[in-house]
Amino acid sequence: MTSTPLDGSSTAGGGLPLDGNAMAGDLREIFAVDVTAARYVCAGCTHTDAVGTLMVWPHSPGLVARCPHCSDVVIRVVRAPGRVFLDLRGSVRLEVPLEGG
Amino acid sequence: MGIISRGFGGRRRESVPGLPPGQYLTHDFPVLSAGPTPRIPLDRWRFTVTTETGEKTSWDWKEFQALPAEDVTVDIHCVTKWSKLGTTWRGVSIETLLENVDTVAEYSMVHSFGGYTTNVPLEDLLDGKAWIAYQFDGEDLHPEHGGPARLLIPHLYFWKSAKWVNGLQLMPEDEPGFWEAAGYHMYGDPWREQRYQGD
Repeated sequence: MTSTPLDGSSTAGGGLPLDGNAMAGDLREIFAVDVTAARYVCAGCTHTDAVGTLMVWPHSPGLVARCPHCSDVVIRVVRAPGRVFLDLRGSVRLEVPLEGG
Repeated sequence: MGIISRGFGGRRRESVPGLPPGQYLTHDFPVLSAGPTPRIPLDRWRFTVTTETGEKTSWDWKEFQALPAEDVTVDIHCVTKWSKLGTTWRGVSIETLLENVDTVAEYSMVHSFGGYTTNVPLEDLLDGKAWIAYQFDGEDLHPEHGGPARLLIPHLYFWKSAKWVNGLQLMPEDEPGFWEAAGYHMYGDPWREQRYQGD
């Protein structure tokens, strides 16, 4: 799955976010399912949509995924050697579709 | 010129004298950001120190500019492994800001426009170790690099040098900030490679 700049322009320089599909690689290492297809509920504004629709800032010490509705942080992913930290406190819940469900 | 060329070391990612372990030298100034860049009009800028008892001291931009400023040249080290040597800044020392603040707190949380936070022990902000910087390389600090003003605490990894600062909260106990809560080290000493929790 590819990710695209949300306004269609270049992200060089780190100023503009990508869409949530930019997290697919990191999340695939943690979960056995495609989490970008899961639905999140934003803890800040209760907006709900697919994880793939979050705004992701990739040019920082980790991945920061923000709600496109209120811009609160929903997911943070920090990669360290041999481990990944996943901070979900900005998401009330994740609804994960299962194959054959 | 000597017979033996020292070569151009800037493109080599190997140990360079003066660099902490695991760092490489860059001559650029990479922009790292965890969200949209806030544009803060100077007439809306304010910096507030809040003590552990809730007492507040604050400065608007004009008052802040009237404080005694210092020019400093320091090396900076980002946890993403780039280092930049001999950077020049102008700013107000935290010691100056805390001169008339009554506190027995040992920790602090730095707050920024946009909601970013990072925790720093109070003693690391004193004795000429940290500033609120508003100029870089002789020019007003660009919003991408944290302007109008950012924390400058060069002896810790650069995520501690919060951009777009608007407050300092003094605390009796240490608490994690934005990146510390998500897996980064609570202190972040580049010379001890304290990048992640448990390092």
